[in-house]
Amino acid sequence: MTAPARPSSTVPTSDADPFGSEVLEDPLPMHEALREAGPVVLLERYDTFALARYDDVHAALVNWQEFESSAGVGLSNFRYEEPWRPPSILLEADPPRHDAPRRVLQKVLDPRALRRLREDWAADADALVDEVLARGTTFDAAKDLGAVFPLRVFPDAVGIPQPGREKLLPYGDHAFNAFGPANDLVAKGAPRVAELSGWVNEQCRREVLAPTGFGADIWAASDRGEITPEQAPLAVRSLLTAGVDTTVHGISAILYAFATHPDQWQRLRAEPALARVAFDEAVRWESPVQTFFRTATTDVRIGDVVVPEGRKVLMFLAAANRDPRRWADPDRFDLARDPSGHVGFGMGIHQCVGQHVARLEAVSIVTALARRVRSIELDGPTVRHHNNTLRALESVPVRVTLD
Amino acid sequence: MTAISPAPAAGAADVATLRVTGKQPQADGVLTLELSSPSGGRLRDWTPGAHIDLVLPNGLTRQYSLCGDRRNPGTYRVGVLHEPESRGGSAYVHEQLRVGDLVGVGGPRNNFPLVPSARYLFVAGGIGITPILPMVAQAEQLGADWRLLYGGRRRDSMAFLDELAGYGDRVLVRPEDEFGLLDLPGFVGEPRAGVRIYSCGPAPLLAAMERTCAYWPPYSLRVERFVADDAGAPARTAPFEVELARTGTTVTVTPDVTVLEALNRVGVEVLSSCRSGVCGTCETTVLAGRPDHRDALLDDDERQVGDCMYVCVSRSRDERLVLDL
Repeated sequence: MTAPARPSSTVPTSDADPFGSEVLEDPLPMHEALREAGPVVLLERYDTFALARYDDVHAALVNWQEFESSAGVGLSNFRYEEPWRPPSILLEADPPRHDAPRRVLQKVLDPRALRRLREDWAADADALVDEVLARGTTFDAAKDLGAVFPLRVFPDAVGIPQPGREKLLPYGDHAFNAFGPANDLVAKGAPRVAELSGWVNEQCRREVLAPTGFGADIWAASDRGEITPEQAPLAVRSLLTAGVDTTVHGISAILYAFATHPDQWQRLRAEPALARVAFDEAVRWESPVQTFFRTATTDVRIGDVVVPEGRKVLMFLAAANRDPRRWADPDRFDLARDPSGHVGFGMGIHQCVGQHVARLEAVSIVTALARRVRSIELDGPTVRHHNNTLRALESVPVRVTLD
Repeated sequence: MTAISPAPAAGAADVATLRVTGKQPQADGVLTLELSSPSGGRLRDWTPGAHIDLVLPNGLTRQYSLCGDRRNPGTYRVGVLHEPESRGGSAYVHEQLRVGDLVGVGGPRNNFPLVPSARYLFVAGGIGITPILPMVAQAEQLGADWRLLYGGRRRDSMAFLDELAGYGDRVLVRPEDEFGLLDLPGFVGEPRAGVRIYSCGPAPLLAAMERTCAYWPPYSLRVERFVADDAGAPARTAPFEVELARTGTTVTVTPDVTVLEALNRVGVEVLSSCRSGVCGTCETTVLAGRPDHRDALLDDDERQVGDCMYVCVSRSRDERLVLDL
């Protein structure tokens, strides 16, 4: 077909700002408006195409041939703009360069490789829950559990030293802000970029990493030639960037979901094996990672619209995860639902390589809580944390009753 | 623009049962098969060096390297040599399999991945060219410095010569009846760092490669052995039973549904994600019975152990499987 220089005139448009504070406070109305506007919508403010329906988001996620990642998975187009840091060899890479790092990390983070962590993490979760409950039956599920547990277990599993770990969250927060436009959130993080990046890069060095752990496993793969020694620290960096804030907000999300759905907590208490399904349902319902961009490698037809080659496409994972075309009663957090197939971890060759780690962390903490807590409910207003990519909670005050 | 339908909710049946859409002779005794989803949807992604398990209509399972274009998500291509002493695999493909037939497919899995390097040497013998073909395409795309030494009995028995011609003098075609045995030491040269050597072909060639590269740095040489035309039990085409150890429930799995679907129908929820044997979310512990693995995750050793399976695609070799559910 002949490619029009401009998108077809039939494309619905929206003047919404997905990265403005009003939308970040509550993105659900905008998600619905975008879904209802059509399969693809032009976001006038950023001159970018948006997908918000499940089928179209899913199709774009798996179609690496026509929607590339190496031009950046944020708004910034690496074809014309300099990335703020050396691009990720996973997230911001396409086949064939993506193949080897992905294969290595997939093996390092494979469910069978995580079995040795299961008992330790369950014990760590029990200990943290005991500590928090020892202080009383009101606490902040986001600050006291969500923001704490991943930082207790994950950096140890990677094998980085203790000092400086408090830099991980602000680093990740900035990295996820940087996928959006250069707005106030990016400006807020800018002053510390050099310091935080320098520290994170230092932790990726072989000499700094513990002799066992995910970091050491990645370096061992480079000894076998599976990735190059230049790629090894960047693969470790991917773990440190993508593995902390996401699980923090994922755990806060599931605790918030239970605090607002008391019947579902009772269901989990009756059937603790549902913890795994509950976490994926929470990831569907809240979508801690809300969005990612791709770049069209050719003119791609979506519905009646042609997305021209070279143009950015914004995929609303969160909107897809609540698309009523795919999910019955999508706004309900429901353990009776089969959340399989949600796109909260993405889909296709870039699907979250750490998803099994995230599930293990969440299942550990939720199971520990279910062992001791009979009921959980909100004990005050929740506070959102704004991020250009992440849906996050700063504060979730809860009151619990114990067995 | 490709014509691949989005079909996001495509069931596992769409990636685990494919239709033969092409069958073309490539050389004397060698043909290629093209396989596509009956629904026209995307097939599972693969990387150069990967192979699939082909479950033939006669129940035999054979492994073939993928030798097509990974950027075409709708079609797999495999090359099949008619082996004189075939016990029914390659003979069936050559003599009986027809365009339009349905075949079972497991994988793709890759035990022979192309690792990153600026310099590659490839040595292929006979039908061993099949995994090497997408590798050289990739090395070329990446701008690597590479050369291929390709041997065979006679020129007209060597497949893909036309496709390789485009690479010019990077490819040395050396049929035995014209050139004698391959000059391996001359081709690979002195041991040096930073070169990755890939070889696939008959056992004597691989043994010679291992001798030739004995003094190279560790991990320089990677080889893929032909899997023997194995005489293992044919895959089941009949229904089988899945017993759930924790509840005592038994579910019958008919050929038209996956284990996951059968479990869901009786209200047993197993979390899954990709539904194509790629992500690992639906890993389920197997307590008894031999799984018929169709995933892209387990390596050969892990398959042998047989203690877990991915219920979104994998099935059963035995009449009864017992799962820890």
